[in-house]
Amino acid sequence: MRQINTNKITSTIARLCQEVNFSLPDDVLDALKRAREKEVSPTGQQILESLLENVRIANTEKIPLCQDTGTAVVFLEIGQDVHITGNNLTEAVNEGIRQGYTEGYLRKSMVSQPFSKRINTGDNTPAVIHTFIVPGDRLKITVLPKGAGSENMTRLGMLTPAQGRQGIIDFVIETVDKAGGNPCPPIIVGIGVGGTAEKTLLLAKQALLRRIGEPSPDTETAQLEEELLGRINDLGIGPQGLGGRITALAVHIEVFPAHIASLPVAVSLQCHSARHREALL
Amino acid sequence: MTVHKITTPLDDKTIASLKTGNEVLISGIIYTARDAAHKRLVETLEKKEKLPFDLQGQVIYFVGPSPARPGQIIGSAGPTTSYRMDAYSPRLIAAGLKGMIGKGSRSTAVKKAMQQYKAVYFAATGGAGALIARSIKKAEVIAYPELGAEAIRRLEVEDFPVTVINDIYGDDLYHKGKIQYRR
Repeated sequence: MRQINTNKITSTIARLCQEVNFSLPDDVLDALKRAREKEVSPTGQQILESLLENVRIANTEKIPLCQDTGTAVVFLEIGQDVHITGNNLTEAVNEGIRQGYTEGYLRKSMVSQPFSKRINTGDNTPAVIHTFIVPGDRLKITVLPKGAGSENMTRLGMLTPAQGRQGIIDFVIETVDKAGGNPCPPIIVGIGVGGTAEKTLLLAKQALLRRIGEPSPDTETAQLEEELLGRINDLGIGPQGLGGRITALAVHIEVFPAHIASLPVAVSLQCHSARHREALL
Repeated sequence: MTVHKITTPLDDKTIASLKTGNEVLISGIIYTARDAAHKRLVETLEKKEKLPFDLQGQVIYFVGPSPARPGQIIGSAGPTTSYRMDAYSPRLIAAGLKGMIGKGSRSTAVKKAMQQYKAVYFAATGGAGALIARSIKKAEVIAYPELGAEAIRRLEVEDFPVTVINDIYGDDLYHKGKIQYRR
């Protein structure tokens, strides 16, 4: 059985927290460049140009792309042949967050007692951790700093089977239209369909991690993604909501079987600062 | 399109000259405040106590910057989403606030207060915090330091780029922009 020490997990997460906040994944950067070429609104073009300039400054000066360096969402895909040694895994992850956010001069945005005193925890912990046991002897760590501007626009719909495909289209379009400029368009739209309420929300969040330009491997789902992207970009919201034809860079749908009585759908919106970074131990 | 250059504090004549869609460069002093600071400001007004700064003619920037590295003036400093301040803004506008900088649309109550008391809502580019930081020349925490990123800061800005979303004539750029490009 392969052993991985929690010290390695802590140091990897500390490094990822910094790297992820100073640079965008290549696919997101390319999508923003294509958006600048395609956008017809002069204001929209200007905004997209500013966003690309912002990326250049963040890269070179190690200033966060966005001041909202997010809730640290961490996905751990743990190979079933891995034995984690050392400390408590959750604490090891939080220690990585603590070190990364402090050493990287990243904003600490987490508050305890959220419905009363709202006291800042001071080091951006705790992380929101999702663990998955997968085949193999590797550990894949993904850090997704999720800004609240887009996260606050998340919606869950427990649709009826009768509402079907059209019901999903209506729900997604309504969600994006209502959100307008709030989630910092151009956005990536992550959609979960099926499962239970919490499963479909997690699928929507995981959909945000898929590379832009990679449609769903399922033809029917890929068609729905394409149709939704067209419909969303016809809404006219545009970059930052000031009007334009590029409201979304991509629509990603993840599907799971559902109960005979259910058609859950969740929409997770990701701002243009679509930061996520992975490491394989 | 002409770019309006304005200097804070803002008077009614300047406010009247600003129209929805105008590109504006702001210079002078602006104050930062977001959720927690707004709550405290309004509570202070309700108790008829003295505010940490004089609101007359001032501009509030909805931002919680990331920490500055040694030698930097400020970290990343882009706007936060404004609707969360809708519960507080009308009260501050009635007390003399003339401008707000954020992103995303405002409630009917805020828009009404802006028309009634002559105030303007500007948007800065969300997610461009590293770029925006360049127009901030000085930053100093003046109230609620225990709130960390949410403390009130006095910022000295030079040609700080914003767009007029809501003017005093009732126009709204989020509405106009969307209608223009909707198909």
